[in-house]
Amino acid sequence: MASASEELWILGIHMTKFGKHPDKDLVDLASEAVRGALADGGVTMKDIGIIGAGNLMMAMAPTGQMVQKQLGQTGIPVYNVSNACATGATALRVACMAVKAGETDMGLAFGVEKLAGAGLLAGGARSADSNTWTPHGRYGAVAAVDGRIGTETMPGVFAQIGMEYGHKYGGTSFELFAKISEKNHSHSTLNPLAAYTKKMSLDEIMGDVMIAYPNTRPMCSANCDGAAAAVVVSGAKLKTLSLEQQKRAVKISASILTTDPWEEACQILPNVNTLTRNAAAQAYEQSGVSPADLNLVELHDCFATAELVHYDNLMLCEEGGAADFFNSGATWRDGTTPVNVSGGLESKGHPIAATGIANIWEVAQHLRGEGGDRQIEGAKVGLTHVIGLGSACGVHILEKSAA
Amino acid sequence: MAQQIPLVDYLVLGEHPHLVANECTSCGARFFDRRNACAHCESTEFTTADVATTGEVRAYTIVSFAAPGIPVPFVAAVVDCEGTSVRGNLINVDPDPEHVSMGMKVRLATQVIGTDDEGTEAVGFGFEPLGG
Repeated sequence: MASASEELWILGIHMTKFGKHPDKDLVDLASEAVRGALADGGVTMKDIGIIGAGNLMMAMAPTGQMVQKQLGQTGIPVYNVSNACATGATALRVACMAVKAGETDMGLAFGVEKLAGAGLLAGGARSADSNTWTPHGRYGAVAAVDGRIGTETMPGVFAQIGMEYGHKYGGTSFELFAKISEKNHSHSTLNPLAAYTKKMSLDEIMGDVMIAYPNTRPMCSANCDGAAAAVVVSGAKLKTLSLEQQKRAVKISASILTTDPWEEACQILPNVNTLTRNAAAQAYEQSGVSPADLNLVELHDCFATAELVHYDNLMLCEEGGAADFFNSGATWRDGTTPVNVSGGLESKGHPIAATGIANIWEVAQHLRGEGGDRQIEGAKVGLTHVIGLGSACGVHILEKSAA
Repeated sequence: MAQQIPLVDYLVLGEHPHLVANECTSCGARFFDRRNACAHCESTEFTTADVATTGEVRAYTIVSFAAPGIPVPFVAAVVDCEGTSVRGNLINVDPDPEHVSMGMKVRLATQVIGTDDEGTEAVGFGFEPLGG
């Protein structure tokens, strides 16, 4: 076990309402999250020694510095990061690594995205074919290949990942995947910060617009605006803070980021399984927590088909047993391993860079006993997971303070 | 017959159209793109290997929403060609779950995707049901 000085804690954390924020720009949203996290932790920018700033769609911008220029320019280092859908978790990892390395005793991480109204995020546009065929790129392609050689659209990629799991282990169907979405849309009715809080019936979900079989529209992550921020503090520094701060602090028992090791086919269809399994194994090892100890899990249900495979990848069920595990009711909020009680990406929404910190906010609420109507009673341990294609996977294990 | 050019350089046209892969001479890993090194073993030596033209569907989806200009719905799939996974569309089959199934046996097929200003046809590939 890590000694107190090596421990990492969440001191303060905040997320904005997810949804449409036409009157707020990127900096407004990030500022709201950052100020919220600082206030929640009882600290100010002057206490922060490093910032990990996450944003994907405007990744060329110095987002961290733009926020500093509104909230407090203290001259500290800023690391602007983008890492696909794992951007938020990556920003948090930056703060964790800096604190763990002893470069500072307090770090800030935030993730922000303006995504309301965005359509397909990959494979959503394509340039016109040229007038004369000219090979270019690493495949010597004479024309766009998306749609001609398989699909690059996210709903299509993750549909195949779910179908592949079903073919390998059995037990899946269009209806089963839709039921996963039904669960998450039901869960979000208790989350006032979710982009969508409307319960949806199985018939409504299955009868909605098909995007990429078997994922219909409500089975896809909801593009929306949002931000989340967290203050990370060392165990040694936390001991010097007030008892109230110590009581509300949430222990980061594991903070892991992985990429995918080479395997046959991993450059054909992204393999989201192995790197998630590796991240989970490392997180359980680092924390000493086992899957059976988890009181709640927020995992990356970018599509209903993805949630299923991650039950298995995070070892919440036996290998190959994800369909049976779901059918047992285990992942509903009253089940043995509640998954995505926030509503998940399908209903809470997925402002990409915010997601990897917002999921930690959700778990922290429950561990602090501040979950309101959706509180998972007695929650002591939780796990968060994000995955970005490319690929990167972030897993964090969080524990309630004993103070 | 019009001049033809393959959609991608790993499609070999002619009497027996087939795909070729860059195969690592050290570990046997196969790649379809231009390589700097092997992502598996770091070797930089590759040979060109023919990929089997038959296989079975390992994963598929029926895409209904795509970029403008892409005819939908279409079936996108990953086909296991005797140990080498290949991405491609399933063609010459109705794009619905009643006609497409996991594990179905398929074979490589080519189709003209367009003709440029000089009259050259670009030829793409897909996989069609075997025995269909």
